[in-house]
Amino acid sequence: MNPFVYTRPADTGTAIKSLSRGDQAFFLAGGTNLVDLMKMGVVVPEKIVDINRLPLKNIEPVSGGLRLGALATNSEAADHPEVLKNYPLLSLAINAGASAQLRNMATVGGNLLQRTRCPYFFDLTMPCNKRAPGSGCGALAGFNRMHALFGASDKCIAVNPSDMSVALAALDAVVRVKGPGGEREIKFQDFHRLPGDEPQLDNTLAKGELVMAVDLPPAAFTKHVHYLKVRDRSSYAFALVSVAAALDMDKDNSIRDVRLAMGGVAHRPWRLRASEDFLKGRPATEDNFKQAAQIAMQGAKAYQYNQFKLKLAPNTILQALKVASTQV
Amino acid sequence: MSNKHDDLQDYKNPRDESRRDFLKQSSLLSAIALTPGAIRRAAENKWDEKIADEMGKVPLSLEVNGISYNVKIDPRVTLLDLLREQLHLTGSKKGCDRGQCGACTVHADGVRINSCLSLAVTNDGKKITTIEGLSRGDELHPMQEAFIKHDGFQCGYCTSGQIMSAVALVKEGRTQSAEQISEFMSGNICRCGAYSNIVKAIQEVKNQQS
Repeated sequence: MNPFVYTRPADTGTAIKSLSRGDQAFFLAGGTNLVDLMKMGVVVPEKIVDINRLPLKNIEPVSGGLRLGALATNSEAADHPEVLKNYPLLSLAINAGASAQLRNMATVGGNLLQRTRCPYFFDLTMPCNKRAPGSGCGALAGFNRMHALFGASDKCIAVNPSDMSVALAALDAVVRVKGPGGEREIKFQDFHRLPGDEPQLDNTLAKGELVMAVDLPPAAFTKHVHYLKVRDRSSYAFALVSVAAALDMDKDNSIRDVRLAMGGVAHRPWRLRASEDFLKGRPATEDNFKQAAQIAMQGAKAYQYNQFKLKLAPNTILQALKVASTQV
Repeated sequence: MSNKHDDLQDYKNPRDESRRDFLKQSSLLSAIALTPGAIRRAAENKWDEKIADEMGKVPLSLEVNGISYNVKIDPRVTLLDLLREQLHLTGSKKGCDRGQCGACTVHADGVRINSCLSLAVTNDGKKITTIEGLSRGDELHPMQEAFIKHDGFQCGYCTSGQIMSAVALVKEGRTQSAEQISEFMSGNICRCGAYSNIVKAIQEVKNQQS
């Protein structure tokens, strides 16, 4: 690991200023992703701004919803009584990711900012437009079993690895950020970006902007929810495909409202709006779930080694909807 | 109890000096080979003191197994390397060094973490517990006793991490079923495959406590 300047500011203003002054300056929170990337030489910071002392750890009710401080750990968020009661989908998704130790370290803000686990991104001997813009994409004609089905470009076919973000996309969360120019809100669907011609950019944060909190809207999906993650082993692995499903059901078994998002298939959490529109107002039947799953697959494009996802993804959507709809 | 160990040299165990010192010297040489111009020039001119200055050490106070330490360290040092290489607490193991195996699991302020992914400086003011801090003198922790009784290991390399994780797991209350134990112990890999015996050991400790 190369030497870096280490600072530990006590307030957000100083932290943002400190980051803005450095060319290769990075905020450090839980470190579960950044320290790993530094060890591998994928990220080589000149300055580390340790933000662990900033007062951003609280989880508190706000205007009908819930505010998750950026420095609350993944465990604190998953186990919080308000999250368990009103946002069980989020709790399920968080606990489907990483391990207990990592969830005790990783933060809400850091989870949003974690980098892809594409092996070509980690391997300094391989081309990767995300790590070294202009060098090419090793995965495109390489071993692309874990890679995207949707929204990829010929510059990058990597996927976002987060489980938490899939649930936050489904729940219409809002990311609160603060930068040199002040504070602003970013809708969750606008936070992560597609690779396009600039795969080195994972999200829409401007330079020096700090994630302060994630706001959850008033609880709407408290019962009929499920997070289904399919992976190579039964726990502690990144998703091949994952699905966050949330249903608001009438007494007559018809669907009043629904949210669906997929993980492991795109450069950002992949919200299934066309499937949602199809299901709204329809009865919660297996046949409708199957049709919704087929709608979700429109526009999917597989590569040499991830063809299996074309079948796995709709099956996972169907199963997630079935389990969510039968929760009692 | 809170003994002060401001000077880490005092804490050195003379028995394992030669091998560890050799390893440290050789890793220092490789570190020099990898660092930028200024440090390399200093090294070539044998300005050892200047190397230390260039490294820009950071003060750090923390408590490990009830003992307070005040040290100055390179901010690149992980908590695991601080424990093993400077405090000579080698019970916490380095497996993958990337947060994937769990061999380095310790408790920081009572919660289990991967010490290999935690920069030591970020633990300023924290209370760390390692496997060395689990027993009371010669009296083993119930989880240690249970691992021995149920043969919860073969080669033993992952065992200290497994035990630290297991102690935290019981405290977290994630022991409702064998499936839940497996799920919440999944951050600790055992390549000998002692998993079923580890689950039995955890269940025994849980039953003792309930």
